[in-house]
Amino acid sequence: MTGADGDTGAPPRPVPSPRRPSDPPPRPSDPDSWRGIATDPDADRSRAEDSDPTAVARLRARSRVLLRNLLRPHRWRLAAAVALLLSQNAAGMAGPYLVMLGIDRAIAPLRAGNPGPLVGIAAAFAVAAAVEYAARRGFLVLSARIGQAVLLDLRQRVYGKFLRLSVAFHERYTSGRMVSRLTSDLDSIGELAGGGIDSLVLAALSILSVAVILLWLDPPLAAVTLLAFPLLYWLSRWFARASAAAYRRTRETIALVIVHVVESMRGIRAVQAFRREPRNQRIFAAVSDDYRRASLRAFRLIATYSPGIKVIGNVTVAVVLCYGGWRVLDGHTEIGVLAAFLLYLRRFFEPMQELSQFYNSLQSATAALEKLAGVLDERPAVPEPARPVPLPAGRAPGAVTFRSVTFGYRPDAPILTGLDLDIPAGQTVALIGPTGAGKSTIAKLLARFHDPVAGEVLLDGVDVRDVADAELRRALVLVTQETHLFGGTVAENIRFGRPDADDAAVQAAARAIGAHDFIAALPEGYATQVQRRGGRLSAGQRQLVAFARAFLADPAVLILDEATSSLDVPTERAVQHALGTILRDRTALVIAHRLSTVEIADRVVVLEAGRIVEDGPPAELVAADGRYAALHRQWRDSLV
Amino acid sequence: MPAECEGDSIPATGRHPLHNLWRLRHYLRPYATEFAWLLVAGLAATAAGIAVPLVAQRVVDGPVARQDPGGLVRLAGLALLLGLAEALLIFIRRWVQSSSSVGMEAAIRADVYAHLQRLPPSFHDRWQSGQLLSRITTDLSVIRRFLSFGLFFLILNLVTYVVVVVLLIRLHAVLGLLVAASAVPLFRIARRFAQAYHTASRRMQDQQGDVATLVEETAQGLRTMKAYGRGPELAARFAEGARALHDTGVGKGRLLAATSARLDLVPNLTLGVVLVAGAAATANGVLTIGELVAFVSLQLMLVWPVQGLGWIIAGGQEAATAADRVREVLDTPPAIVDRPHAVALARADVRGRLVFEGVSFRYPGAQAPVLQALDLTVEPGETVALVGATGSGKSTLLSLVPRLHEVSEGRITLDGHDLRDLRLASLRRLVGVAFEEPTLFSMSVWENLTLGRPDAGEEEVRAALALAQADFAYDLPWGLTTRVGEQGLSLSGGQRQRLALARAVLGRPAVLVLDDPLSALDVHTEAMVEASLRRVLRTTTALVVAHRPSTIALADRVALLEAGRITAVGRHSTLLATVPAYRALLSAEPPARPPGTTAGDSAPGGRGLVRS
Repeated sequence: MTGADGDTGAPPRPVPSPRRPSDPPPRPSDPDSWRGIATDPDADRSRAEDSDPTAVARLRARSRVLLRNLLRPHRWRLAAAVALLLSQNAAGMAGPYLVMLGIDRAIAPLRAGNPGPLVGIAAAFAVAAAVEYAARRGFLVLSARIGQAVLLDLRQRVYGKFLRLSVAFHERYTSGRMVSRLTSDLDSIGELAGGGIDSLVLAALSILSVAVILLWLDPPLAAVTLLAFPLLYWLSRWFARASAAAYRRTRETIALVIVHVVESMRGIRAVQAFRREPRNQRIFAAVSDDYRRASLRAFRLIATYSPGIKVIGNVTVAVVLCYGGWRVLDGHTEIGVLAAFLLYLRRFFEPMQELSQFYNSLQSATAALEKLAGVLDERPAVPEPARPVPLPAGRAPGAVTFRSVTFGYRPDAPILTGLDLDIPAGQTVALIGPTGAGKSTIAKLLARFHDPVAGEVLLDGVDVRDVADAELRRALVLVTQETHLFGGTVAENIRFGRPDADDAAVQAAARAIGAHDFIAALPEGYATQVQRRGGRLSAGQRQLVAFARAFLADPAVLILDEATSSLDVPTERAVQHALGTILRDRTALVIAHRLSTVEIADRVVVLEAGRIVEDGPPAELVAADGRYAALHRQWRDSLV
Repeated sequence: MPAECEGDSIPATGRHPLHNLWRLRHYLRPYATEFAWLLVAGLAATAAGIAVPLVAQRVVDGPVARQDPGGLVRLAGLALLLGLAEALLIFIRRWVQSSSSVGMEAAIRADVYAHLQRLPPSFHDRWQSGQLLSRITTDLSVIRRFLSFGLFFLILNLVTYVVVVVLLIRLHAVLGLLVAASAVPLFRIARRFAQAYHTASRRMQDQQGDVATLVEETAQGLRTMKAYGRGPELAARFAEGARALHDTGVGKGRLLAATSARLDLVPNLTLGVVLVAGAAATANGVLTIGELVAFVSLQLMLVWPVQGLGWIIAGGQEAATAADRVREVLDTPPAIVDRPHAVALARADVRGRLVFEGVSFRYPGAQAPVLQALDLTVEPGETVALVGATGSGKSTLLSLVPRLHEVSEGRITLDGHDLRDLRLASLRRLVGVAFEEPTLFSMSVWENLTLGRPDAGEEEVRAALALAQADFAYDLPWGLTTRVGEQGLSLSGGQRQRLALARAVLGRPAVLVLDDPLSALDVHTEAMVEASLRRVLRTTTALVVAHRPSTIALADRVALLEAGRITAVGRHSTLLATVPAYRALLSAEPPARPPGTTAGDSAPGGRGLVRS
């Protein structure tokens, strides 16, 4: 399996491979191909994840490094936990021993009227019980703390990484998968952190000590016992391989379930309006069934592995019984030794069961950790500069230059080729052109959502790739027609533009942009919760809030990409009125399909197929009878 | 912080904490026989496990002592058989357990998903999506784990405990009853723990939902975050949520640690008391040493079931609160459903007369109504443009037609049928919708177009795409099979809008409801879409939200929406001439010249031209 659909795992489905001219086009109406073919073969995963064996091994190694890395700060606490565990165990072991001592040593004196030994043993027993209680409690608290601290660390690291990764990464990775990594994958690591360390330590301890005792008791019998080891090793190796693959699949399939749920809940209006429910339910059933089968496979592996260990243990017991009995018959060993040997043998194999359980949780957690390691390993396509170059001192005047910039979202389809554009500080430029001409791409390159393939974008003479992110964002803000409001109040959303702004500044921004009236009319004014995705605010109101946010941010360069598309005419006019004031002393790049926005521009740049075809003050262009003049006429005619 | 989630506050007071878990029992029913077999296999495996050392004991005491090689082989063979039987029984138990547990989990998940799809948008507006998601993933696996493993071991441990205690009482009544009495503190500890853990586990699950919500919101607002460079602020906000989760996790760990240690202490102390009392009894000659040894070794078998109790109770409480959370969703009745005698209308029988009669609407929980006693008639085949200021309720009005929201008062009729008397599926088939924000799913273009009509033919799709001027879809790298990103991110705003328009007109709906369908199009494309749309609208009843004259040009009449009412209806030119409010909204002439404009000053009349 190559690429994109490799992990959907539904019933056999044509494997997508790069289409050659001779290939028949895939039938879009095929009911099983609903996911479609991603343009990026790595759409469903981080770059580090791949299906070839070396990539798998590399990722596994990386996840181990990550685990060590996460545990290192806690190594002393871990040591303390192990010490507590050992003392708990020692105190626990003391119990039966004291009972034996009590029966052997205390009853006779008691009969003789001397309660001393019994009292002493009872006291020792109480002490042992108290130590066991304290050590157990301490161990469990400590291990919970370590586990939770590791989880917290990992969660924050992964989240921080997602924040740093480029827009392009998120566009292919999808939000559902990001949610899956930060919830479901972390949950399965949490399960390991929740318990299991004690079983690992105790089991290892008891297996080691029993092995020593066995060797000491009767070396030939012990040698027979040790014959079980190659079998155990072989079985565990098989399980490790099979379960790693199985758990990897559960991670991938649950991610698809989550992606589907997230998207259908988010688009619930479209789902219901278009009666999509039955089809969605079928798709959900399919992805959910994939997940079910993947989990089933993983569970069945452990369902085989664990009794497999049992079989090896029980067969060994029977063999030792037979061989040991024969040795006793031959007089090579004592009957008591055989009895003791058999008793210890049980203690030898019982912890193996617990170890197998732990191993299982470990495999599941490792699969999740691999996914997270893959994300952490992803190199940001738009990296922070290692040695940032500061913008010229003071508030940046905001001169923007595109120098022979080439860019395309796909290598084979360039949007811009060798674009040159020089915007002096303080100028307001309107970008005009048909859909697909590259207007938004220019905006995104300037806002450094993407980096150009060739050429450079300069802000005040500094390549934006060399500007520290915080400084770049202070100097330059992009407002698009997608206006996202975060959970919280209206005021908080406006303050997003400048977190240290006080209420008065927030209100002033809203007033300036003409949003104050509607905000004041909301049930709780500025303290109104905008709720999920701006639930109750209309698209136009959200655009106003977004505008107020940009206004508050007060950047030297403002990029407006269709930022007024949902406003009614008077509101748009009010916004433009405000813009006329605020853009006077700053650079602005305005993209609008509607030429109404152009009136505030000093200069119009007409783009076509990624090239500048006309450039000049609007009045001149109208007079020049070129493309802009034609567009202008057409637009004017569209006004009734 | 998006702490608000009204759905979470459904009180579960007065109910037994396990009530909701118990209500999920019917998901276990298909596996009832399997579960019974599981128990049998589990008990049998335990018995076989106990038998193996007994056989070993026999070997040592019998054939070896008696120098009988034949007996040795026979008994060793028996031990082998018992050992294999034990492993086989465990294998069967685990094998069966795995299929029933994941099957059950998948069944609940499918039901929750189906229910979520039935719940109206108002529910989804109110509930954080992360909370819904964590219910469908984390909570369900918690329930699965308990029902498959926890419940089984709970029963197994209880049975073991009871059997051992009965044996102890038979061995020595007084000491046995003493051991039996130790169940009282165990029970009290367990109950106190269960109550405290219930609260903590619920808190943890809610916080997990909050974190999921934060993550999803971050993914949604990623561009905004990047544009303002607010990564550090979001990271701080996330750290708060993650820290809360961490603290709750540590708190849960503390609870479990204290209880687990206490549960361990009880059998230990009992053992000590038994030792002292037993020794005294033996000294008095009431008990033989052999009996005391037997008693104590049997009593040691109680340690493991008691030790496991803490974890089992914890798992049970987590499953109980997870079941509460799942039930909160399943118990929310869908507000918009078919009436008992709802009818289906055939497309051919629909003329398309859409009438709003005294329609009022208020969002649940909101004070002020959005729409108030609104009247509007759209004649068959007519196109009415809906004009109003930002936030006047235009989109809300549109959402009432496919019944995404339900009118609070009054009614909407289609050809005289109250919409509520129509089957939802039928109504939504008759009404084609294009929303303000074109929602695209990360699926193929084809799937996005045929959302609810998987039966659509290729010609139909081609026609719809042509009408919306969206033929670009064929030029995508894989044609209509190309996966468009979530929200169609790899497409421009205009392309997305045209796909959404194509989706709305696909299948020739009787009524078209379009929310500012041309807003993101450039002038040239707009003109072409307008021309082709006009052909469709000639025969289709349509309600179109419009902000600009270019869109209004599609309409036969215009309705002005002000303060929740339609205040004027008529032709564009008439309204422009007679209704000042309308003129204010749409006039090409600004009321006053905005100061500070720098462009167009030199072009005579140019300013007037570049306004809409």
